[in-house]
Amino acid sequence: MNTVLALANIVIKELYRRKDFYVLFVLTAVITLLMGAIRFFHDPQIVRDLKEICLLLVWIAALIIAITTAARQIPAERESRTIFPLLAKPVTRGQLVIGKFLGCWLATGIALVIFYLFFGIMSGAHEDKWPLLSLFQAFWLQWVMLAVVVAMVLLGSIVFSAPSANVTICFFVVLGILTLAGHLNQVALQQQEPLSTMTYTVYFLLPHLEWFDIRKFIVFNWPPVPWRYCFLATLYAFVYVALFLFSTWLVFRRKALTA
Amino acid sequence: MNIETSDPAGKSAGAKAGGSVVIQIQNLVVEYRGRGFGQNRTVAVRNLTLEIRQGEVFGFVGPNGAGKTSTMQVLLGFREATSGEACLFGVNVREPIARQRIGYLPELTYYYKFLTAEELLRFYAKIFKIPRDETERRIGSLLKLVDLESARKRSIKSYSKGMQQRIGLAQALINDPDLLILDEPTSGLDPLGRMKVREIIQRLKDEGKTVFFSSHELGEVETVCDRVGIIHRGELKVEGRVDSLVQKYQTNLEQIFLNLVGYQPQPQP
Repeated sequence: MNTVLALANIVIKELYRRKDFYVLFVLTAVITLLMGAIRFFHDPQIVRDLKEICLLLVWIAALIIAITTAARQIPAERESRTIFPLLAKPVTRGQLVIGKFLGCWLATGIALVIFYLFFGIMSGAHEDKWPLLSLFQAFWLQWVMLAVVVAMVLLGSIVFSAPSANVTICFFVVLGILTLAGHLNQVALQQQEPLSTMTYTVYFLLPHLEWFDIRKFIVFNWPPVPWRYCFLATLYAFVYVALFLFSTWLVFRRKALTA
Repeated sequence: MNIETSDPAGKSAGAKAGGSVVIQIQNLVVEYRGRGFGQNRTVAVRNLTLEIRQGEVFGFVGPNGAGKTSTMQVLLGFREATSGEACLFGVNVREPIARQRIGYLPELTYYYKFLTAEELLRFYAKIFKIPRDETERRIGSLLKLVDLESARKRSIKSYSKGMQQRIGLAQALINDPDLLILDEPTSGLDPLGRMKVREIIQRLKDEGKTVFFSSHELGEVETVCDRVGIIHRGELKVEGRVDSLVQKYQTNLEQIFLNLVGYQPQPQP
């Protein structure tokens, strides 16, 4: 565990010492400014639209941070050759994969906390409503969803040769899942066999990232999601995380590291 | 001069050293598969058998592509052997625990640029589960040893090539290893840096540590090493004590090496 935490710590340090993290602050400032504008409009529709835009920004920014951070971890270690002194120590490849995953996930978690903190303070101050539970649930479910994304991107970073190719593919896959995966079962119903079964199989195999999106609950100030659903969603996400990390280890464990 | 490629001085020398076996390589074969369809396999290491005992400084030399790096990669678990076996301290190199007592300095590595020297050493110390007080003590003495005390709080990205190599040496020593594996340790260093590395190797030798290093600097190998192995086209051509080889062939190590690899000097026009 010590080794995994040390590896995770390096990923977090890298994130906040690189310029990427400043992008986060700029985006946070943009969100703050947008929320500040609510004061001048007393139309509830405008308030809802602005909240929706801000949350969309949070989602996009968090995805960018998660995917780009995870995609470069192992390829960068190989490129700069830091992987050699690292794996020459009593570090297993499994520990390396888990450490990198944990580091990326915690780093995106830190970014999300900052986003939601600003968003919560600004929206609460202007609406005089403090839906803390809903905000926490939105944060938690998004963070858990990002765990699946990070694990998937780590697998991609071992499979694809170039990090840029991995980033592009993963972005399209995640966006595809978020926008289309929820409709695949309806598509399957309208198709003939065997296409219908195939579409259903894809529907059940894909990680349904869209299930973790509860932005509407915040935009419309709905009551929080029942906790059992949050728990089940967390469990569902961790099953996919375990599957992706196990696959990453399977591919990586026998991979020859060439100088 | 014709040099026999048998092993006249080697095994006996290894056995004479008397210490426990630190590195044991038996019938090691490393093959690379061709990437393209129908491409043949390339044999990088052929039936390499080698024993290095505690307290020895062993120089592993050979021209580029001879199989030195492939052998080191197997020893460090970066690559699996096609056949044969390699053990460190009696433990198969596939087991991560085999690397608990070793330090490794790779050739031309760029360490985490966003860390300072002391942060880098603290990170590696955590991997070895070294207690905090001991870590700080070791960081202080290692940075002093490699002359980086004044740059300990500077980001590694601002380090020169020589400084990078020296911090590499410090990270290799953080766990106070019993075996040090150095891949071209003086590559890219100025004469002062080279001398420093030699001094460190000598110091480690005096402390009874085992050093296994590859180098193209034959003069350096001759100065520093107890034993030497010359590998060419994947085969260990000669292995033995440096002084025995020099005495046996009545020439220096460089000449022995050049003869073994079949170097023919160009006639002067």
